[in-house]
Amino acid sequence: MKLKALIPLALFIIMLAFLGKGLFLNPREVPSPLVGKPAPAFTAPVLGNADATFSSADMKGKVWMLNMWASWCAACRDEHPLLVEMKAHGIPLYGLAYKDVEEDALAVLKEMGNPYIITADDQDGRIGIDYGVYGVPETYVIDKAGIIRYKQIGPITPLDLRDKILPLLKELEE
Amino acid sequence: MMTVRYLLRSLILMAVLAFSSVSFAADNHSSAATEARLKSLSSELRCLVCQNSTLADSDAPLAQDLRNEIRKLIDEGKTDEEVVEYLVARYGDFVTFRPPVNTSTALLWFGPFIMLLIGAVTLIVVLRKRSGTPE
Repeated sequence: MKLKALIPLALFIIMLAFLGKGLFLNPREVPSPLVGKPAPAFTAPVLGNADATFSSADMKGKVWMLNMWASWCAACRDEHPLLVEMKAHGIPLYGLAYKDVEEDALAVLKEMGNPYIITADDQDGRIGIDYGVYGVPETYVIDKAGIIRYKQIGPITPLDLRDKILPLLKELEE
Repeated sequence: MMTVRYLLRSLILMAVLAFSSVSFAADNHSSAATEARLKSLSSELRCLVCQNSTLADSDAPLAQDLRNEIRKLIDEGKTDEEVVEYLVARYGDFVTFRPPVNTSTALLWFGPFIMLLIGAVTLIVVLRKRSGTPE
């Protein structure tokens, strides 16, 4: 059999490889250009405490995670039990209530447990825009220098936690 | 008499024009120029929620927020490039409908033409072989 006759087959297999990889990609996912860049600075009121504020500058020198969520977001509720578990394991989780009504957000935290050390209130969503939020829940891992090292788009899954987030947190703590 | 009336009229006209600009600034809605720029800019930007719609067309809450944000930036005096840069810095190139031409997007832009070229060359070579007659 002439070797040349195998060229179309070879091309087809190469194309299959690309298409196959494509099946596992999510075309709707918008990767963040902020990974590797400084986390946008913000100061926000604390949810449920009108007098207190929380500022990203407070976190300099510490490794932390910022979870954007809302009471009206179903996927956030799916994610919530895992976040509560993460808090129980001592993971520094801070929340940002994105475009939410304060009472509703507080109600969720009361009903499902509060996984956050502090929850900031982003009622008009401006902080979300600075962080490139396009669909909650979204979570950021920020290092001691204030650089965003990882963005989780959508709910954190146990697999992502085990394979991506926990190793990264360990690495950053050193 | 004509000159006095003319002068009076032009004075009134000037006063009206001077004060109309004040009322413009006090107006809650932004000027027509801003809205026009907002419209043209937002038609070139993608809504990240309804990803086949432009920011101009989409009713998604995020699209409304971003339109307001763009309006604010325009009123602050930012150029069109600066507005696009602001959004790309936060959302990446995907927010523009026309991706920039650089090393990472070169294949996206030129790939189809390259494939067309390869196809045409292959066609010519195969046809030549088939006809058998050397040119």
